[in-house]
Amino acid sequence: MTAATMQRNRPSGFRISKRVLPYVLSLPALLVCIGILIPFFTSVVYSFQRYRLSQPWARQFNWGDNYISFFTDPRFWNTLEISLLYAGITVLLELLLGLGIAMLLQKRSTLNNFISIMLLMPLMTAPALAALMWKLMTNPGFGVLSYLASLIGLQDFRWASSPSTALFTVVLVDIWVYTPFIMILLLAGLRSLPTQPFEAAALDGVPRTFVFFRITLPMLTPYILTATLFRLLDSIQQFDIIYAMTQGGPGDTLTVFQVEAYLNFFQSTNVGRSAALMIILWAITYFLSNIFIKNWLRLRERARGQA
Amino acid sequence: MEHTSLLERILRGAALTLVVIFFMFPIVWILMMSFQTNETILRIPPQLVFKPTLANYTALITGKLTTAAGTLDIAFMRNLWNSVFLSVTSVAVALLLGVPAAYAFARHKFRGSEDIAFTLLSFRFAPALLVLLPLTLYFQKLGLANTYIGLIWVYQLICLPLILWIVRGYFEDIPADIEYAYRIAGHSWFATFRKIALPLAGPGIAAAGLLAFIFAWNNFIFALVLASADKQPVTVGALAFITSSGIQYGQISAAIVLSITPTLALALYAQRYLVEGLSLGAVKG
Repeated sequence: MTAATMQRNRPSGFRISKRVLPYVLSLPALLVCIGILIPFFTSVVYSFQRYRLSQPWARQFNWGDNYISFFTDPRFWNTLEISLLYAGITVLLELLLGLGIAMLLQKRSTLNNFISIMLLMPLMTAPALAALMWKLMTNPGFGVLSYLASLIGLQDFRWASSPSTALFTVVLVDIWVYTPFIMILLLAGLRSLPTQPFEAAALDGVPRTFVFFRITLPMLTPYILTATLFRLLDSIQQFDIIYAMTQGGPGDTLTVFQVEAYLNFFQSTNVGRSAALMIILWAITYFLSNIFIKNWLRLRERARGQA
Repeated sequence: MEHTSLLERILRGAALTLVVIFFMFPIVWILMMSFQTNETILRIPPQLVFKPTLANYTALITGKLTTAAGTLDIAFMRNLWNSVFLSVTSVAVALLLGVPAAYAFARHKFRGSEDIAFTLLSFRFAPALLVLLPLTLYFQKLGLANTYIGLIWVYQLICLPLILWIVRGYFEDIPADIEYAYRIAGHSWFATFRKIALPLAGPGIAAAGLLAFIFAWNNFIFALVLASADKQPVTVGALAFITSSGIQYGQISAAIVLSITPTLALALYAQRYLVEGLSLGAVKG
């Protein structure tokens, strides 16, 4: 194909045909990514193998054994449960908080704009460093939050180091980092809504709750869906905050998918199980990202159309 | 909206105050800790008024921590340099690869173009360890383990989808007629790309680059898995502090402050483009 198209008569020197051009332009980006696709397939292969770095001689295909053993493995069910719980709680709370804050800041004013810019700071903080900040603040010896907790009667509140409050603590950090993400998307959404329906409702004296549930919320739905799915996809894969805060502990309290896979790979050197865990997580995210991309595309077309 | 009662305004004000306190307090508190000595940090109840000291920053910047027990080397400046180098180079590579591709996807509908674009997008959502764990084994065989080149390559997973999709949107916003007119005047596609498309999409490209920089800087997992101490960026390096003996909480706080300042500053500078970047071009701010 290239040879034939290249020879089409063009007046001078270095010309690339119109049909080849886009491929040439996107090829380098593609090549870089193909390099990354290979490890993906390797992961699939590993997941069907009995493969421990500590016993390389015993490496062999065991086909579905890694997956089948998950059914009777309480550690796996714990991983699945804690991952879904973590993603569910964080996204739900961040959505409610983010929507609330966005509505508080909806009116354009200097103060509101200033606050919304300020609220971006947690989002721009590296999640691993954010976890470190909270770790310092919840230190049992000198942490300011431990001190404040003791003031309201929670003596010896152990934050991330107690199994009963570890999930609460990492969820809190996640909310601190990522609520601004939902807030800023919904704020942009709210401010882009047409004003006529709201003016008409105000003229007719329609109650505020009615306006919120029947006008604001439906019109905002594409933004809410996109922001929620975005967060859900990231949250179910959360690693940085949990690893930096507790390394999955105490015990196996917070061994979400990626943390568990990391520990399996580097501590118990069980490559097969680690890969199988990642394939399952990938299947979940693949399913979610398909729904996400549909919504995201719709929103993107709308944004481009309005431009 | 105009007819807000006094009670409502008070409630709104109170709610906003709480929000600001919750989101700002950790940053302010760590900033305060970074100017304190270990003695004031360890005091209970925590002190709001103290004599600020720059000792923590001096220790980090000179790389020498002098304590009663002797001097201790801190490699934090090395981590900071790694962060700068890795992020800048990754973004430069991603721009070089991503901008032409974005132009191709925006201007030419070619066979498989959408599939390729979505494959690139899907990297943004695939679990990082799915790729990273086999990659550690490959990198050891290829001699890329613990090299900047290996890391920069993997960082493309973050930077490339971001740049591709944001910049594509900016190219799509340029009316194709402008480019046709220029082509008809006898200019080559490359001249059109360089003289028309690039300048018009310029602000968008700059914004995408800044955002990619922020995301590369904030990344933790890639370097945690693929880099050892001398190549680690601040995110991994600062975490190692907390377990290393002799380093005090004031220095950890100062390290955090130095590590988050660049991204916060860039974010303030690029905040106009942040919404569009964070939604990969789906929502305009």
